[in-house]
Amino acid sequence: MVVPLTAVTPEVLVVGALSAAVADAAGAHGAVASFVGLVRGSNQGREVRFLEYEAYEPLAVRSLERIRDEARAEWPSAVLGIHHRTGRLALGEASVIIVAASPHRADAFAACRYAIERIKQIVPIWKHEHFEGGDVWLEGTTVDPDDEAARRAAYKTACA
Amino acid sequence: MRVTVKLFARLRDLTGAAELTREVAPPATAATVWQGLVDEFPRLAEYDRAISVAINADYAQMAAPVADGDEVVFLPPVSGG
Repeated sequence: MVVPLTAVTPEVLVVGALSAAVADAAGAHGAVASFVGLVRGSNQGREVRFLEYEAYEPLAVRSLERIRDEARAEWPSAVLGIHHRTGRLALGEASVIIVAASPHRADAFAACRYAIERIKQIVPIWKHEHFEGGDVWLEGTTVDPDDEAARRAAYKTACA
Repeated sequence: MRVTVKLFARLRDLTGAAELTREVAPPATAATVWQGLVDEFPRLAEYDRAISVAINADYAQMAAPVADGDEVVFLPPVSGG
């Protein structure tokens, strides 16, 4: 089965499969870093029961591809893979997995961190939090993909 | 002309509609379409300064023109990850 490097999917995310796909695309790179985001049991004092993730899928996929392009411009030898889950997720399930391969560890870690920071800025995906006693749509950042200051902030965080 | 409007997350909850077809008079921009929705669903006004827009699955500015048959998608602040 061919594992795409970017995906927005209701299927369970498997970091090993994405890691193998990224390593395969990268060739004999020396470093692979990964990040896995999980559904947290507690958020802003609320006891979370489960999350529902909703995506505007065609633009979400494009936005993930844009993040890969941006990362390639910053770290030309790094190869990035990003999968984001949609639908209902139980506590502890992975909502996002990111894998970055590079000849050296610094770029792999940085590209990985850059990707999660940018996901939170420009990818049209929303969390609907169901907690003990109610539910709420979480709203973070108003998307402006051409906001260069936001992009630079993500880069600085990645390289901190 | 006719445009297809899609709404996500809380915008869909506020309007009760994931997809609408609306008639707009040319020349129209994404902002014209949004203002029409706010007139129809006043609670959307709280998003006046917080929405983003995509036209035909690509991010656009609110001042961007819309054409007959376009898909105009209004996006509340995102919370992926």
